[in-house]
Amino acid sequence: MMVDLIYQLFPYAIAFTIPLLITSLGGLFSERSGVINIGLEGLMLMGMFVGAFVISSVEALYPTAAVWIGLLAAAVIVALFALLHAFACVTLNANQVISGIAINMIAGAVTVYLARFFTGSGNVQIIRGMPRITIAYLSDIPILGQLLFTHTYASTWLILLILALATFLLYKTRFGLRLRACGEQPHAADSAGVNVYLMRYMAVLISGACAGLGGATFIVTLSGEFNGTAAGLGFLALAALIFGQWKPWGILGATFFFGFATTVANVSQVIPVLAQIPGIYLKTFPYVVTLLALILSSKSSQAPKAIGEPYDKGKR
Amino acid sequence: MKTKLRVKKDFLISISAILLGLLAGAGLMAVTGNSPLEGFIYLFRGGTMNIERIGNTLATATPLIFTGLSVAFAFKTGLFNIGAAGQMLIGGLCATAIGLTFDWPKAILLTVIAVASLIGGALWAALPGLLKARYNVHEVVATIMMNWIAYWAIYYIIPQHFKGPFLETESQRIPEAASLKVPWLTDLFSGSFINLGFFLAIVFVVIIAFVLEKTTMGYELKAVGYNRDAAEAAGISVNRNIILSMAIAGALAGLGGATFYIGFASNMQIGVLPAQGFDGIAVALLGANAPWGVFTAAIFFGLLHNGKGFMSAMTAIPPEIADTIIATIIYFAATSVLIERNWDKLKKINLENILRRKKRGKLAVKAGGER
Repeated sequence: MMVDLIYQLFPYAIAFTIPLLITSLGGLFSERSGVINIGLEGLMLMGMFVGAFVISSVEALYPTAAVWIGLLAAAVIVALFALLHAFACVTLNANQVISGIAINMIAGAVTVYLARFFTGSGNVQIIRGMPRITIAYLSDIPILGQLLFTHTYASTWLILLILALATFLLYKTRFGLRLRACGEQPHAADSAGVNVYLMRYMAVLISGACAGLGGATFIVTLSGEFNGTAAGLGFLALAALIFGQWKPWGILGATFFFGFATTVANVSQVIPVLAQIPGIYLKTFPYVVTLLALILSSKSSQAPKAIGEPYDKGKR
Repeated sequence: MKTKLRVKKDFLISISAILLGLLAGAGLMAVTGNSPLEGFIYLFRGGTMNIERIGNTLATATPLIFTGLSVAFAFKTGLFNIGAAGQMLIGGLCATAIGLTFDWPKAILLTVIAVASLIGGALWAALPGLLKARYNVHEVVATIMMNWIAYWAIYYIIPQHFKGPFLETESQRIPEAASLKVPWLTDLFSGSFINLGFFLAIVFVVIIAFVLEKTTMGYELKAVGYNRDAAEAAGISVNRNIILSMAIAGALAGLGGATFYIGFASNMQIGVLPAQGFDGIAVALLGANAPWGVFTAAIFFGLLHNGKGFMSAMTAIPPEIADTIIATIIYFAATSVLIERNWDKLKKINLENILRRKKRGKLAVKAGGER
């Protein structure tokens, strides 16, 4: 009974985890370089809009490739949109929190404005989502095969691959070391010849691309339509970033945790065992544990040291 | 102390941000094939055309005055209250719950509701304040988490306890006695949404201005905002003031929630984080964190929000143009450094011109004298 339940829920939990994971990973790049990114929600929403809009425009022509074109377009366009945040935070030394809020609000207004302009209703629907696939051979592995390799999405594996690459990039390459240095000791990085402004621009661009991909992934796997809101997913990704203590494997754990909790909450009405747990506890759970994590880690927080500080060359 | 020059500068920054916001709005209208001028005329007329629409503009501005004051007040202590939306929800829940439960005379009921929503909002914000003071948890992150906890709490509490007769997603209508709308005011503005909340908002603008400018408490709160270490050294309890500042900010947003859910509206919808919470940040920035500045900015935003429906009915422009303008204003207010820098440059050029002219004049006088 319990085992069946887990088998049933697992694909949904993973499908919900993946958009959160990639968005959170984007936040990781930005914040590790020293730029707070409250705008994840807006970036994700922009990704949802671009993804849905592009797919609905091209799916008549390219029925199978449309979802991939949509994912790519979302990543590229949202990266460009994130330039607004980078320009404010890096070039103009603006308050990063206010700029992030502005990003959220601009995304919320502009996407719905454009959606209404194009479709009239403000919703953008796609006809075909990402197909579910079963991976040959791997799906025969006992337990794991059924949990991970059946009814899975190709985008899931793409994003897990990106996670692995990102971890390598951040911890094993010169670029990653420099990026992290900009978030910890920008003045030291600068005196070692690192262009702090450029690194932060790149980090925010990457975070835009990741969050855009996250938003579009949500459209092609779970929702199938853009409806004008990201419903707090971007903030959930931000919570996962903090709960995961600004580390790639930490956010993988945190997003899976949140993804599972949300899935359980979503289906609890129809499954008798879970119906006993009030939904309010399951839905507020990610935010409560994030607050608790912040309290517990207050003495030894892993937050980048220079986070939120505009870099001022003159203060070196 | 605020010098006249600083006030003038704040004013110029706000005006520049508004102009840039309107410009962005005009750009978006033009790109989508509409006439910006026509759009703005209908937007303005939609907010001011007749006495009913003026009333609606004031009613739309009412919660914004509260959330703007809330954000501005926390700013004064150097705190960033992003949680006004969640505090509004909790204030609104207190108001709705009491309004639907008790059958008291209007005067008593409204007083109890006001006090309850004030306390509800204050407690909801005091927790992030406590976390900040005691554990150094960043208030931005904590208030975001509190927003979503409030969102999901309302999502489950309203259908479970106060479900409306028709829809799962909204509460019952509050009874006449619990509404901030009163017949004489509604009639005065020929059927508008305007309600007692607007007067309550004015009262609180005055109170907050008084607290900030004339009391020891306000002085201490601002001192903590200016320089935490200096305030601590001067014997001001920083931690106590952080919690107090957040609690007052929350109380204001909680009251704002009450004016929205039992004044402007008559029930609570679930699954919505009220936009006024975030618009409050724009209001505070635009109003330069000064109570009367907040008041003015809130009326301006009320006008935009109220006029957008009329504009979209009369033209092909979607109503989200108002939100785009507000969002752009926040962006430019955040990047006010750019405006300030350019303004300084302009002033410098002006000054140099004046000096040059003076010098030239002096030289001319000198030359004249020598001749």
